[in-house]
Amino acid sequence: MSEKPKLAVWKFSSCDGCQLSLLDCEDELLAITGVITVANFVEASREVLPGPYDVSLVEGSVTTPHEKELIQEIRKESAILISIGACATAGGIQALKNFADVKDYVSAVYAHPEYIKTLATATAISEHVKVDYELRGCPINKEQLLEVVIALLQKRRPNIPLYSVCIECKRRGTSCVMVKGTPCMGPVTQAGCNALCPAHNRGCYGCFGPMEMPNGRSLGNWMIDKKMAEPKDLVRMFRTFNADAPAFKEAGNSYEK
Amino acid sequence: MAWGFMFFKPSHSVGERGNPSGLRVTMENAHNEKTTTIKVNYLARVEGEGNMYIDIEKGQLKSLNFGIHEPPRFFEAFLRGRKFSEAPDITSRICGICPIAYQMSSVHAMENALEVKITPWIRKMRRFLYCGEHIQSHILHAYLLHAPDFLGYESSIHMAKDHPQEVEHGLQLKKIGNEIMEMIGGRAVHPINVKVGGFYSAPSKKAMRDMVPMLDRACDMARAATKWVATLPFPEFERQYTYVSLHHPDEYAFNEGQIVSNKGLDITPAQFNATFEEIHVEHSNALHCRFRETGACYYNGPLARFANNFDQLSQGTRDLAREVGLDRIVSNPFKSILVRCLESFEYCKEALQIARDYEEPDSPSVPVHPQAGEGHAWTEAPRGGLYHHYVLDDEGNIIKAQLTIPTSQNQAMIEDDLRALVPQYIDLPDDQLQWKCEQAIRNYDPCISCATHFLNLHVKRS
Repeated sequence: MSEKPKLAVWKFSSCDGCQLSLLDCEDELLAITGVITVANFVEASREVLPGPYDVSLVEGSVTTPHEKELIQEIRKESAILISIGACATAGGIQALKNFADVKDYVSAVYAHPEYIKTLATATAISEHVKVDYELRGCPINKEQLLEVVIALLQKRRPNIPLYSVCIECKRRGTSCVMVKGTPCMGPVTQAGCNALCPAHNRGCYGCFGPMEMPNGRSLGNWMIDKKMAEPKDLVRMFRTFNADAPAFKEAGNSYEK
Repeated sequence: MAWGFMFFKPSHSVGERGNPSGLRVTMENAHNEKTTTIKVNYLARVEGEGNMYIDIEKGQLKSLNFGIHEPPRFFEAFLRGRKFSEAPDITSRICGICPIAYQMSSVHAMENALEVKITPWIRKMRRFLYCGEHIQSHILHAYLLHAPDFLGYESSIHMAKDHPQEVEHGLQLKKIGNEIMEMIGGRAVHPINVKVGGFYSAPSKKAMRDMVPMLDRACDMARAATKWVATLPFPEFERQYTYVSLHHPDEYAFNEGQIVSNKGLDITPAQFNATFEEIHVEHSNALHCRFRETGACYYNGPLARFANNFDQLSQGTRDLAREVGLDRIVSNPFKSILVRCLESFEYCKEALQIARDYEEPDSPSVPVHPQAGEGHAWTEAPRGGLYHHYVLDDEGNIIKAQLTIPTSQNQAMIEDDLRALVPQYIDLPDDQLQWKCEQAIRNYDPCISCATHFLNLHVKRS
């Protein structure tokens, strides 16, 4: 009988919400721990087993000099490294500092800026090490998390759709919110949430990041044309939880002028 | 060679991260005095990352620090220039464990600034949503993060081997908390249905009624959870706290009321900054909250709500409290786990009542018009008071944001508890002393990912 695969969960700059998704697998959690050894999951356990690890889940973005070193060490100890959530895959909400002067940010929040060690940017894990799979979402979808972990352990491609939220709206029979004049990021945002926001009568705000081959400018120009949004609104819409994802960054920047 | 040492560096290495159970350094100094330093760089079973340093010299506690090295994320900085309507979605990303608290404090502060009056339906459904978050957060903490300490397990996964039914029970109750949040919030982590002025959509009457049997069951489960937790061995440890919480005469306060204490404090949320201050001290290098006038720290969270709002609990919860040996004032912080279960029982009953009485509204929100203004709100997050303060320009854009979080408010008290606790247990072997301290920190369910204010701890080694 082969040994159970070892799973490690690592946290960088983040809100803990994506690793919480693992603890939110209430029905599956005890079954999972029966077939996988949770070797390092500091949020859940004092016990930490040494590496190497079969799978590392990495939450959060790289925002400090220490995190920059740490991710290198984690990569060396991990056969498979999966970055989970918008922070790990695109820098997250804190990547808004990439569009500003970090010195101004530090002095706006802290009385003694000299105590603060922070990088000028918040960046995705893949900007620092090779990542085997990126799971999107702010937060991630827990079913997708289970699918990715199981698929990679079985050495198959995870079944995660790369198409837009629009497909999910059609599938669940939600009528388009833009028809009613509500701005929506759904056409350029990757599926995975089951089109939650439009089903609750609001526009998608892009928390799963850019879909495969998005055309942000086209959507933005269309909204301007229909008087749903002004350029300054579009800057804000593209710059939220995935502001530093290349496609959203480019679109957001283009409306800044 | 143990992997932990391969990457060993004085601080912040994978090696230390790989060893949250602590490092112990015993040294003889020039005067032949034994000095022990216990250093825990990655405190386990808290949300986010914290560390703790204890120096003991000649059997006496010399210095102690509880620190947080969550990287700063600068929410208060990048909120500037964002629209008032974006605050609930953005600030919820401060914490994946208590996103509703951020949404509630931000919407109430914005509605205060914009002079918005919400409907009774909105008010009630916000309570329903908050009930869900408190249940999931409390039960997550009690069963998965804290109970293992009392029974000597490294984690709930270890605990499940000997106590499978209890862990399963906890997971199922936590799941019901999540389902309440999903019903009105859309999802459990970073819900999407909350907005300034109310909700984007309302659940159907049928969907709410369908929850009744589950919520009915949840009440029994929370009662059983309270009784089970009451059987845990509680360390003997009593403190005299100043309890600070929200208080409302007609309900167990969540979103509305005065900020009060058991020592006579009675202020509006707008008076927060005149009463409290956050200080950036060098020795611990993290913002501590304290009374501006006296410099004293205070307790906020479950014990404070319980002490200040005991009369607002339902009769059933007060009876259950007395059955498990608690009254209004709980002065043993290790019993906070029990108060979390009692609160969960109260919230299950309230959620059940709301689901039973639910009617669909004419509109799930009220109109909101941008204008210049200043707003304040204090709402009760599961782990304590969360204060938001915003200043808006005449288009409703944020000029200034201040977010004062529960763990920041409790941090000074956590250290204070540890200073009182360590001498009491100073003869324990280091590993047990360390574990006892960790357990005491976890009394506060410190949600360290609330990174608005938390910094690295600078360590002074003896």
